[in-house]
Formats: sequence, C-alpha cells, structure tokens
Amino acid sequence: MTPVVAILALFGLTGVLLIAFGERLGRSSLLAATVAPAVSALWVCLRLPDVLAGPVVSEHLSWVGGLGLAVDLRLDGMAATMTLIVSGIGVLILVYAYSYFDADTADLGRLAGLLVLFAGAMVGLVQADHLLLLYSCWEITSVTSYLLIGNTHTDANARAAALHALLVTSTGGLAMLGGFVLLGHVAGTYRLSELAAGAPPTAGAAITAALGLILLGAFTKSAQYPFHAWLPGAMAAPTPVSAYLHSATMVKAGVYLIARLAPIFAAAAVWRPTVLAVGVFTLVAGGLRALRQHDLKLLLAFGTVSQLGLMVVLFGVGTPAATAAGWMLLVAHALFKAALFMVVGVLDRQTGTRDIRELPALGERWRPVEIVSAVSAASMAGLPLAAGFIAKESAYGSLMDASFSASDAVLVAVVGGSMLTAAYAARFHWGAFISPRRRARTGSPAPAPSVLFTAPLACLGVLTVLLGAVPSVAGRLATAAVQSLDSAAGTVHLALWHGLNAPLALSGITLTGGTVLALANRRTQRVLAFGGTVPRADSAYLGLLHALGATARRVTAVVQNGSLPVYAGVILTTAAVLPAVALLRSLDWPGWPAVGEPGDVPLAVLLILAALGAATTRRRFSAAVFLGAAGYAMAAFFVAYGAPDLALTQIVVETLSTVVFVLVLRRLPERFERQSSVRRRVLRFAIAGVVGATVFVFAIVAVGNRTTAPASEEMVARSVPDGHGRNVVNVILVDFRGFDTLGEITVLAVASIGAVALARVGRRNNSAEPRSRPIEDPGVQRIVFVDVSVHVIFHVVMMASVWLLFAGHNQPGGGFVGGLLAGAAITLNYVAGDIAEVRARSRFRPWTVLGAGLLLAVGTATFPLLTGGAVLDVASRSVELPLLGTVNLTTALAFDAGVYLAVVGVVLMAYEAFGDAASAPAEIAA
Amino acid sequence: MTILLAACAAGLFAVGTYLVLQRKLSRIIVGLGLLTHGANLLLIGSGRRGNPPIIGFSDVGSFSDPLPQALALTAIVISFAVTTLLLALAYRSWMLTQDDEVEDDIGDRDVARASVLEEEIHDQETAMTDGVLDPAP
Repeated sequence: MTPVVAILALFGLTGVLLIAFGERLGRSSLLAATVAPAVSALWVCLRLPDVLAGPVVSEHLSWVGGLGLAVDLRLDGMAATMTLIVSGIGVLILVYAYSYFDADTADLGRLAGLLVLFAGAMVGLVQADHLLLLYSCWEITSVTSYLLIGNTHTDANARAAALHALLVTSTGGLAMLGGFVLLGHVAGTYRLSELAAGAPPTAGAAITAALGLILLGAFTKSAQYPFHAWLPGAMAAPTPVSAYLHSATMVKAGVYLIARLAPIFAAAAVWRPTVLAVGVFTLVAGGLRALRQHDLKLLLAFGTVSQLGLMVVLFGVGTPAATAAGWMLLVAHALFKAALFMVVGVLDRQTGTRDIRELPALGERWRPVEIVSAVSAASMAGLPLAAGFIAKESAYGSLMDASFSASDAVLVAVVGGSMLTAAYAARFHWGAFISPRRRARTGSPAPAPSVLFTAPLACLGVLTVLLGAVPSVAGRLATAAVQSLDSAAGTVHLALWHGLNAPLALSGITLTGGTVLALANRRTQRVLAFGGTVPRADSAYLGLLHALGATARRVTAVVQNGSLPVYAGVILTTAAVLPAVALLRSLDWPGWPAVGEPGDVPLAVLLILAALGAATTRRRFSAAVFLGAAGYAMAAFFVAYGAPDLALTQIVVETLSTVVFVLVLRRLPERFERQSSVRRRVLRFAIAGVVGATVFVFAIVAVGNRTTAPASEEMVARSVPDGHGRNVVNVILVDFRGFDTLGEITVLAVASIGAVALARVGRRNNSAEPRSRPIEDPGVQRIVFVDVSVHVIFHVVMMASVWLLFAGHNQPGGGFVGGLLAGAAITLNYVAGDIAEVRARSRFRPWTVLGAGLLLAVGTATFPLLTGGAVLDVASRSVELPLLGTVNLTTALAFDAGVYLAVVGVVLMAYEAFGDAASAPAEIAA
Repeated sequence: MTILLAACAAGLFAVGTYLVLQRKLSRIIVGLGLLTHGANLLLIGSGRRGNPPIIGFSDVGSFSDPLPQALALTAIVISFAVTTLLLALAYRSWMLTQDDEVEDDIGDRDVARASVLEEEIHDQETAMTDGVLDPAP
C-alpha cells in the first residue's frame, strides 16, 4: 500500500470507527479525530522538499483495470497547498470544536467521524489525478456536507437546508460527471496531468458541452450565483462545520477544479465569458448581501460567496499572474475566514447571540479574540501587513497586465467588489466588538473563552500576519503550486512592497471606498434595501421544487395507477416492441426455415386448440384442464424432438399442477362472471397480437442467424470423462451448470415457503394441529378399495422415483423427475385420506424435507472446497448395490439427491398450503 | 426452428398475453402457464432436433442439443413452483374476498392523489422564510 492510500484508509477507518463507537468517547472523540488530519499534514510537510524541487510525487493503483479506472494520485504544488489547508485547518477545527460543544452534547462521535470522512474525501479530491476518482471524492464531500448541515436533525430548518445543499451540489455533481465523461472521451484521457501536458482540443461542440457541464458542477459547489443560496442556508450547521466545510475547504473544490482546468481551456470560447461573468456577478452581489446582514454568521456566509466569486475570476482568467493571485487569495481566505467563523462561534457560545444589534460589551480578557478578529478582518479587507493585502495587490496587478477582451471592465468590477469586501469586513469587526461598547452593560459580563478555545483561532491569526508581513516565506510553495497548474509559469514573487505603482493606488482607492461605505452605514442600508425588491434565487429554488413535486405526482399517477392489467400491459408491450424495433432496424433475414415435420402437425393443432380452449372457457376447472392438455402436448413435442428428460418432467409436473389447481379452484366460484368492456378486449387482442408477432419473427431470425457452434458440443464430449455420466442433460444440470440448479432449487424453496405462508396466514391453531391423525379417524370418509390400491401403488411409485434418481445420471431421469414422481405418490395418499394421510405417511414435516434437500445440495457443492477443489467438483466410485446392480456413485448423485428432496419438499408444502379442508373463511374470521 | 414451431410458440405467447392482461388470478395463472410453454418451445427450437442425448444410446452426431433441454427442464420445475405461489395468492384472495379478482391497489391510488411531497416542500419554505431572509433595515 502506498503512503497516500494508507493515509486515505486511515481517514476512512477512523471516520467509520468514530461514527460507530465514538459515542463512548463523548467529547474526546473530537480530539481522537485529529489523528488522521495530523498524520496527513505531517506527511505533506515531509514530502514538501520533493514537491518544491519540482518533480511530482505520484501514485498509481489499478482499480477496475478493464474499464481503465485507476486510483491515480499525485502530490504537486497545488495539491500540497490544498492538502495542507484541509489537514491543518482540520486539526485546528477539531480542537476548537472540543471547546465549542458542551460535554453532554449528543452524537458528537458521529459528528467527529463525519468530519474525518469529509477531510479524507477532500484530501482524495485534491490529490486525485483521475477525473472519475475526483468525481467520487467530490460526491462523498457532498454527502458528508449534507449529513453535517443536518446535524441537528430535530430542527426542520437544518433538515431543509441540508436537503437544499444536497440537491444543488449533487445535481451539479451529476452534470460534472457528464462533462468529465465527454471530456475524457474527446481528449482521450481521464488524467488531469495528461490533459495539462497534452494539448486537448479547445473548440468543438463536444468540448463546449463538456466544459459547460463541468463549470455547472464547479459553480454549484462553490456557491456561485444563481446557485449560491444553499451556502447561507448551510449556516444551520454547527459553527465548526461552517468554518471548515463552508468557508475553508469544501466550497473551494469548485474553485480548485477551475484552477486546474483554466490554464488548459482558457482559450476555449465558452470559458472566459462564462467564468468571468459568473464570478464578477457573484463577487458584487454576494458583497451587497453581506453588507445587509445583522447575523454575523450570515454576514460571513455571504462574504464567502463573494470571495469565492473573486477566486473564480482570478483562477478563471488562466494567465500565470492571475493564477498566482488566485493562489494567494485562496490561502489567505482559508486563514482569515476560518478564523472569523471561529470568532463568531466563540461569541455565540459565550454570549448566546451573534446578532450585532444584541451583542454585549466584552471585557479585557476577550482581548485575544478581538485581536484575531481585527487581524482577520483586516486581511479580508486587504489592509497592509495582512495576507489579504498581498492577494489583492497581486490580483490588481495581474488584471492590469492581462490582455483578454473586457479585462478593464473586470478590473473595475473587482475593485468595486473589493470595496464592498472592505466595508463588510469593517461592519463585522465594528459590530462584533466596537459598537457594543457604547451599549449599557446589563447583567453579568459574558465569560471569556478558555485558552484551548482561543488557541486554534490565534494560530490562524498568527499565520495571517506572518504571510502578510513576510510573504516571501510562501514564495517557493506558491511557485510550485502555480507551476503545477500552468507549466508556462515562472517564479512567483510575493512581496509586501512593490514600490509606488498602480496596484497600490487601487488598493488605496478600495480601502477608502470601503471606509466611506462603512461610515455612511445608515445611507448605505437605505440604498441596499432596494435589493430586497429583486427576485431571489431562493424563490426560484422553491418554484423548481414545487414543479418537481407536481410532476412527480402526475407521473406517478400515470405509471403507477394501481391496476395490474395496466402494469402487465405496459411491461409486455415494452418487452415486445423494443426488441421488434431493434430487429427491424437491422434486420438480417435468414430466409424461411423448413415448414416442419408432418408428424408435428397434429401436436401443434392440439397445443393451439388447448391454449384457445383455456382462454375462452368460462369455467375455472375447464381452464385448468385445458392448460394440462397443452402441457401433455408439449411433452409429446419433447419426445418428438429427442428430449425424454423433458417429456418425463413435463408429464409429472402437469399432473401435479392439475391437482394443485383443483385443490385451490374447488374454493373459487365455478365460472368467471364479469365480462369486460369491448374497448378493453380489443386492447388486449392488440397487445397479444403484437407479442405473438414479435415472438414469431424473433424465433426465426434469432435461430436462423446462428454464427458459432452450439456450446453443448463441448459438453457432450466432456460428459463421460469429466461428469461421469452418460445422460448429458443430467450432467449439465448437476455438474456443468450446477450453480443454476442450486439457484433454482433455492427459488423453489422460497416460492413454496411463500405459498404456505400466504395460504396459512391467520390460522391460529397451527401449533395445536396433531402431527398425524389415526387413519381410523371417522372424520374422513374412506373407501376400502382405494385405500388398498393406494397402499400398494404408493410403494411401487416411490421405488420408481428412487430408481429414476439413481439411474438419471446415465439414462433419462434424475433428481427433478424422481422428486416429482415421489410427489405424485404423495398425491395418491392425499386422494386416499386427505392431508392427514399425507402427514402420517411422511415422517418429516414438509419444511424439514425442503431444508434437508437444500442443505444436501449446497453441502455437496461446497464440500470440495474443504479438500482444496473447486465448487461442484465431481468424484466418482463404482459400487455394487442390491437390486440396483452396479451403480456408479458420484458426488453428483448426492447433489441430485438434494434436488430430489427439495422437489419432494415443494410438493409436500403445496399440500400443506392447500390440502387442509378445514379452512373456510368463516373460521379465519373467527 | 421450423415455421410450425415458431408459429406454435407465437400462438402460445399471444394467448398467454391475452390471459395475463385480465383481472382474475386464475386466468392470469393459466396465461403464465401458456407463456412458459411458449418460452420452452423457443428454447427447444433453438437447438438441433435429433436422438436423445444419452451417450451409448445412439451416435453422438445425431444427438439433439442437450443445453436448451437442461434450461427448459429448469424452467418447467420453476414454473410449477411459481404456479403454486400464485395459486396461494388466489387462495388468500378467496379467503379475504371470496373471489380471485385483483382489485386496483388502493395504496398506489393514494400515492397518486395524496400529497406526500407537500410536507417536505413546506419544510423548505419555512426554512427559507425565517432562516435566510435579509432583515429589514
């Protein structure tokens, strides 16, 4: 096992274990969960020298070789960055969550396990080099996100938000899968590295469609307009989950995908207009919404939407400089946004509110939290000495240098959007810490958070300052990441001071504009209120949901209307028409075959007449008898065709079926009364005609177009040497295709258990029934002549059935026929003395016989496994037996004996089900 | 496969289909029996006609095809078990209603009419209106 696969397995294992057993650990399960992300982060740190030096660390593990599916993983600069974010912030979040939750919170093990599973999927997603592996991980993150948003499953809002997120992201995910398949087909590879190295086509309908679908997936995942509405809703999740999934990691998956594909496909006509338009709109619209929020968490959520829009713009441009800016923003955002969410979580937990109109003034001991908030908000706004400033400078610089059409308009929009960002950053910090100081203190001051609670966000704050003040520490990783995305990229220079230049001026404008917007808060709000009149994506989502529900109802009403004839009609028509269409589209008419043997004609006439009789008769009994006649005609056909085994089986089955029919039909009314309408009968005729015609053409075309020799030729040749039997049909049943037979007798068992259960349900005196009634019981009318004859014939027939079983391997016969004949002997008993006689004759209960048969067959089939053979291996030995002569005893015989017993069991079960005379409805009702 | 055999199979399928499309269980069961016969004829007809495939009984070259026979044999016994199960259904139906008519499924009708989805959508609406609304300025 390669290291990354081992790490992914560690994520999966700890996740599952925590979900299953984490409840016992309580809150400590959150700390136990840090193991996997910590190992992952450590591993990446150890490999970092290799990654920075250039060569890519990659792993390959064949998955489904035949389909070209493989687990292709590679750790390059970009993957290392994302893995560090996912794993590092993962550890911090889990430590933070330990303090966030009360010790007695329920289901913390489940929460911890889901977070670990999510982190593992995310690590897999960013290290996947294969598009289909990436997709698999992508969907796991969607599902874990769904479960985590709905963590408080007793809350209807949380459930609804979870469903909203799942529906949007998984719909996008499906579209993306379609895009991946199209892309893989057109480009000839599913590997990202090969896509980047080769030059896949960037024009053409297929590529355009593929890119459109993939972008749909990316936009839904990264909450771009108009699919963004699920992200603010996802704030129903506990704050650690929001901080982790819905700001720092999962929502970046879409951005990450765009970053991977942009350098390759930026030249495609569909790419830049789509990506830039969506990204810019999201940046501005998200910023405007954020400025209106009073709930700090929602403010951050809309801020995240807005910042994701900016990332989509920067990565989407596809030039090395813009990609570098995107990388810096991605890292800076992960640091400051996770920290700000954690700040909101601390406030919410310690003060009980996160509304900026209600937050109380906080004491001196809150200073560390306040500082982290200030630093992170500064980074978000783009103030110098914070990481966000470096990102914004690079962004402005790269957009000024870029030379695609409308790049100036994009630059203006980005500056405008960044003003909004600065304004809501100020609103956040001001509203959380500064404005509450003017309020009168009421009650006791909120308790300050513990050191452990503050430590994770402090770590992030320190990193924000470090990256902002000495950005060159990340220079090499940035270079490696950008070069891994775009091989044309040079070295990335990250510096605090680039001299007095245009980007610095734009930064100044941004900050000034943001300050003005924040200071003129009251007027800003009045203008922003007009935004409330714009129709929102939420209503579109609800409308879609309603339409979906209505359509589903209408479709269900049509296709599932509860009428059996309609179902059967639809199924049969489909089964007839689809193959017929396929046949006609590529008809290879083999020519008419021979008309048939003259001797067959009477049989055919008898068969069809019997069938017509069964269909037209108005009496139930007659229908059953006609069916039996058709069966005997079939047996005659089998004889003529050279199939004595079939003929024997058919005759005995037909006899037994008729008896069972009689047992049931004696209860039912004699005649069919209701005549259905003409319209229905015509429809029935039509469907029947179509089915018949299709079968006719199919039979002639399919058989006439045989191209290979029948498989059975080899079976005939191997029958004696391998199967130790001369009756090829029997050898096929118990040896060559023994698995089929095993499956079949299982079906027999299930069907007859079902029959007994159905027929006997509700009968209470089941256990009180005597196992056998004395034959002298005056309750049953007995006829001496029948009694004696049955007594004699029973044993003869039973002997014959056993003989058929033994002989079957070399002559016509076998377990099926033998068992059925034994069933016929049991029928004789029934005729003589009702069910009591059957019970008295058979020493064992029907289900015992059935089960013994199944066990014997399965045991014989699997026995060779013990001696190192394969299932159904046959051993053979000749034995001299009295009466039977020399018998070649094979293990196949034991298998066949199992079949025999199973069939006998089925017949016994049928009598158990229907044979009881004393089961009138009146009795059931009582 | 001869024309006669194909015609027989087609006839059995047609009559079987006609019966399966009815509402009386006994008729459906008879119809299924006829469909089984038709299918078995197709199976047998797809192989060669000849002497019983028993080694030593006649020349190997003159054998009928044993594989479709094995398949058909299985089908015959299975159809017996299925017939038993369906007859049990008819029996049960008789115990409950004194008849073997298959009525329309009331549950399915309810699904078609009722509003199982309404509640889910209602949840969503509540969440949207009191969750993520921009507050009044």
